[in-house]
Amino acid sequence: MSVFPIRKRRKPSFMQSDENWDLIVEAGKTERHYWKDLWRFRELFFFLAWRDFLVRYKQTVFGIAWSVIRPVLTMIVFTIIFGKIAKLDSGNIPYPVLVYAAMLPWQFFSNAFQEASNSLIGNVNLISKIYFPRMIVPISTVMVCLIDFLISFAIYAVLIIWYRIPFSSNMLFLPLFLILAFLAAMGTGLLVCALNVKYRDFRYIVPFVVQFGLYISPVGFSSNVISGKWRLLYSINPMVGIIDGFRWALLGKEANLFLPSFMISLCLIVALLFAGILYFRSTERVFADVI
Amino acid sequence: MSLAIKVENISKKYTISHQQTGIGLATFRDEISGAIKKFSRKIRDEFINQHANETFAKKEEFWALKDITFEVQQGDRVGIIGRNGAGKSTLLKIMSRITEPTLGKFKIKGRIASLLEVGTGFHQELTGRENIYLNGAILGMSKVEIKKKFDEIVAFAEVEKFLDTPVKRYSSGMYVRLAFAIAAHLDPDILIIDEVLSVGDAAFQKKCLGTMKEVADAGRTILFVSHNLNLIKEFCGRALLLDRGCLESDSANVDDIIQSYLFSTGEVKRSVIWVNNSQQYQNMWFEPNRFFIGNEFGDFVDDFCENRDDFWIYIEGVVKQKDPGLQIGYALYNENGILLYWSCQTDGKESECPQLHKGLIQLKSKIPPHLLNEGMYRFEMIVALYYRQWLCQPGKDSPAVFLNIRGGLSESSYWREKRPGLLAPVLKWEIGK
Repeated sequence: MSVFPIRKRRKPSFMQSDENWDLIVEAGKTERHYWKDLWRFRELFFFLAWRDFLVRYKQTVFGIAWSVIRPVLTMIVFTIIFGKIAKLDSGNIPYPVLVYAAMLPWQFFSNAFQEASNSLIGNVNLISKIYFPRMIVPISTVMVCLIDFLISFAIYAVLIIWYRIPFSSNMLFLPLFLILAFLAAMGTGLLVCALNVKYRDFRYIVPFVVQFGLYISPVGFSSNVISGKWRLLYSINPMVGIIDGFRWALLGKEANLFLPSFMISLCLIVALLFAGILYFRSTERVFADVI
Repeated sequence: MSLAIKVENISKKYTISHQQTGIGLATFRDEISGAIKKFSRKIRDEFINQHANETFAKKEEFWALKDITFEVQQGDRVGIIGRNGAGKSTLLKIMSRITEPTLGKFKIKGRIASLLEVGTGFHQELTGRENIYLNGAILGMSKVEIKKKFDEIVAFAEVEKFLDTPVKRYSSGMYVRLAFAIAAHLDPDILIIDEVLSVGDAAFQKKCLGTMKEVADAGRTILFVSHNLNLIKEFCGRALLLDRGCLESDSANVDDIIQSYLFSTGEVKRSVIWVNNSQQYQNMWFEPNRFFIGNEFGDFVDDFCENRDDFWIYIEGVVKQKDPGLQIGYALYNENGILLYWSCQTDGKESECPQLHKGLIQLKSKIPPHLLNEGMYRFEMIVALYYRQWLCQPGKDSPAVFLNIRGGLSESSYWREKRPGLLAPVLKWEIGK
């Protein structure tokens, strides 16, 4: 084993100064143009999302109907288990609506998280052969899940009309909570997909976390079921804040938003997002070598 | 003329870990158990007050590139050659920003596009039309640009009829054409190409080269890796020769570089004998042991031979499994890298061909006197399963032996020195009627 000696060489001097170069890549230094590059490649977000969406239901019989069937079936099962068998309290809200309002963000988050964490290893050929800011890959998968969200939301509209739920002005805040869900999925997704490149263990951890998360998040029941002193601790799960927020926005006064718990979730989401971006950026440069 | 690329002392290190077998993926468990071992060792060392020098996991460093420095002028067509594992692809990967250098830096002026593999980013399920948009976007084109060039791309690739067919139903030729067409219409300032043209058919290769020339004539810079030396010679105005990670030579005299490439065999001294002492070329059918040039009785010839000498090519090895398609032979190259001919044991009439049997076998074939011209010749072993699989592919990484021919060209007093032409046969002349 020999360590190769690096000869120190005097750089030949040139008329050009560094400003004339469009791109300078130096070992060990983060790229100066990263965010600019991300902007330059902005169309790729949509192209990759478009590709994933086009490909998803090719050679399936039901096609896009799958993104309707899954949430509806889950809603029915949850209504029967938690509403009819366990007889949990739902206030004045019909149980299916209570469940579905929570299913919306949960389905979005869990799909986005799962897809994003597998996104890099699913695009090995791109990562190892072409340069583009790698962050585009997981983020565009989260965007695909946004389309599913919109489809599910259309079903929610049908539910509202069916059960004659009055329209509430809280609904104007819905985009805010959607953005939060997006950021939560993006933060965790970036973190886990970067880890997944090196440690394939996460391929097995993620489905487990998602399955587990469905039961510890207030999807099948209202978070009012949790008694007061445990409520704050319960909010360490960032999805609690988002789901409560969705219920509050969609169901109006019938569901109340517990503010301290929401703030905890919010802080955690921001922290996760930063951790995700930082870890992704620090490992991104070696993706092609270890993937 | 101004500089387009400036590469300064680029090195790339890979760490090869020897602790695990099988696929080299680190698992969490390994990493954690490694950390625990390290930690416990540290505590123990503190306790008995001594420091362990050796690292726990056995890791080996491997420099794929060492201290590469060069510059490229705008509009240069630079060919990069070298044996497998010389670092060509690593260099291109660094230049196209797929991986980062361990040391050093490089600077680039203008927009850079790289074509390291044909059809990267194509999605099998999508149609040709969809893939043009997708691939264009991945390579860095904007939607407007793609729209503008869409018709040109389609015309170039000759896939008009199949635009709405999924590319998984394309023939490999169509696939390559479409992929190259997209990359060729990228309009970059610097184009990096890695051995992609070797896939298409001859007509298409010609077309691609034409396009590349056009691109270069328009003042674009091209970096080009290929094992096809004729292509390099024809196309490039300058060549870089890489050898085991080092920049061996860099010159505008492409012929010189090609020659020094052909006659560098890495660590092994070029000679008339090749012995398989590193357990290379293992396969289920035929494993070569020795490859040499000898006289009729199997004694090695000297490095220099006269043209009038008889000499024989000997191939020794073990036939592990008989196969009707097993071909053993050699390819002969001259010093400019031009392939003169192939010859295999299956060349003659079937009943006259030597029958291979299981076990150790020696094949020999005579090269007639007065055939080759003066100069250096390279013989590369061919072992293949007919149209199925290469076991030793000439021009890639096949065992090679070398022979120098000097003098003895003819008994004639009119012909004393090297003649123009690839061959120097002495043919019979008669008076016609």
